[in-house]
Amino acid sequence: MQGFLEAFLNWEIMREASPILWQGLRATLLLSLLVVPLGLLGGIILAVLSTLPHAWVRWPLRVWVDTFRALPPLVLLIFIFAGLPFLGLEISAWSAVAIGFFLNTGAYYGEILRAGIESVPHGQVEAARSTGLTSAQTMRFIVLPQAVRNVLPDLISNTLEVVKLTSIASVVALPELLFQARQAQSVTYNASPIVAAAIIYFILLWPVVRLLSRLENKQLAARR
Amino acid sequence: MTGWERFTDSFFNARVMAQYLPKIIEGFGLTILLALCIIAAGLIAGLALAVLRALELRPLNWLIIFLVDLFRALPPLVIIVLLFFGLPSMGMELSGFASAWLALTLVLMAFSEEIFWAGITSVPKGQWEAARSTGLNFLQALGYVVLPQALRLTIPPLTNRTIAITKGTALASVVAVPDILGAASSGLSHSFNPSPLTLGALAYLVLFFPVVLLGRWIETRFAWKR
Repeated sequence: MQGFLEAFLNWEIMREASPILWQGLRATLLLSLLVVPLGLLGGIILAVLSTLPHAWVRWPLRVWVDTFRALPPLVLLIFIFAGLPFLGLEISAWSAVAIGFFLNTGAYYGEILRAGIESVPHGQVEAARSTGLTSAQTMRFIVLPQAVRNVLPDLISNTLEVVKLTSIASVVALPELLFQARQAQSVTYNASPIVAAAIIYFILLWPVVRLLSRLENKQLAARR
Repeated sequence: MTGWERFTDSFFNARVMAQYLPKIIEGFGLTILLALCIIAAGLIAGLALAVLRALELRPLNWLIIFLVDLFRALPPLVIIVLLFFGLPSMGMELSGFASAWLALTLVLMAFSEEIFWAGITSVPKGQWEAARSTGLNFLQALGYVVLPQALRLTIPPLTNRTIAITKGTALASVVAVPDILGAASSGLSHSFNPSPLTLGALAYLVLFFPVVLLGRWIETRFAWKR
């Protein structure tokens, strides 16, 4: 038991590592504030484009979305970070992560929002258009607000996954929470900083998980 | 060299690709093996937890809910790193493959328990009562009456979640597993040419593109009627 405490919950080491973990947490939060809006933006673009009635728009779009849903995000990130310099484009870890997340999470948000848009009855669009709104206005004021509300649990769930996914930025040496924890671990030869990082992630994300499981249960019950 | 030649020489270099193709194919097999082990263990563990939860023993349910929440809130990579770098300091050595397997199995267990449980609770209570009153015991009522109705409902979310978690196998490359990404990355650093990465990305597309399409098909096939 003593050995376990010393190897995993070593208070001394956690306290020593706390400044660097704090920096990591700040970078993780900043990164989330960067990639969630980027992904949402990509998703909205994809979802709105997919409502266009032209097959030559919809099919390439579908291939695009499925490609980035099929490619593991870490593969995409490494491809961008390690591959682009060979084209003479040196990019920072932050830009590589931003591009990768835009492509990957954009595809996921796009699928969710598309389902949301399809769930809005067509009569809504017709009524809006007949009152004189343009199709862009109809999308902006009538369809999207209802679409977002209909798929809110899925949007929150995906956002949770995106925040968790920011941990892969540690692989390209972006100094977020997991990266800093591993630095501290390799200096102290003790796993406590990683345990501390796990605890921080849990405290941060547990309320979201609770909220989601309530929303999901409600949704499933309503569907019976 | 023109821009185009530079591009093809970097990303589609036939000589480099031919050299690293066997390694990537080995990695392909390893990725599939890891994925299958995760799916089997994760879904069985998730169903087992959901069934335990249906017993409605209060302290046990709290424990299950905590476990599920824990592995839904923690990033998979954090769990993998913790198992791989943490356990040795306790004298327990896990290989990279075992760490990745255990971590992703726990994650899939948590997500699938939640889905199975939602399915079980969506079956009206009258079904339970009717089944028990005909003389079926708890397990029979669960196995013959409740689960068949519950599982149908769980198929689309379960498929999507399983696919998403299975793609996490690429994280195993971080703890030195020579899976597709691991083989592609080491190919890149040995040849100083990113063509192995192109090959790796193509390998993932070959593997997961059909799976994503399957997920789409299942979603429409088992769609809930609104």
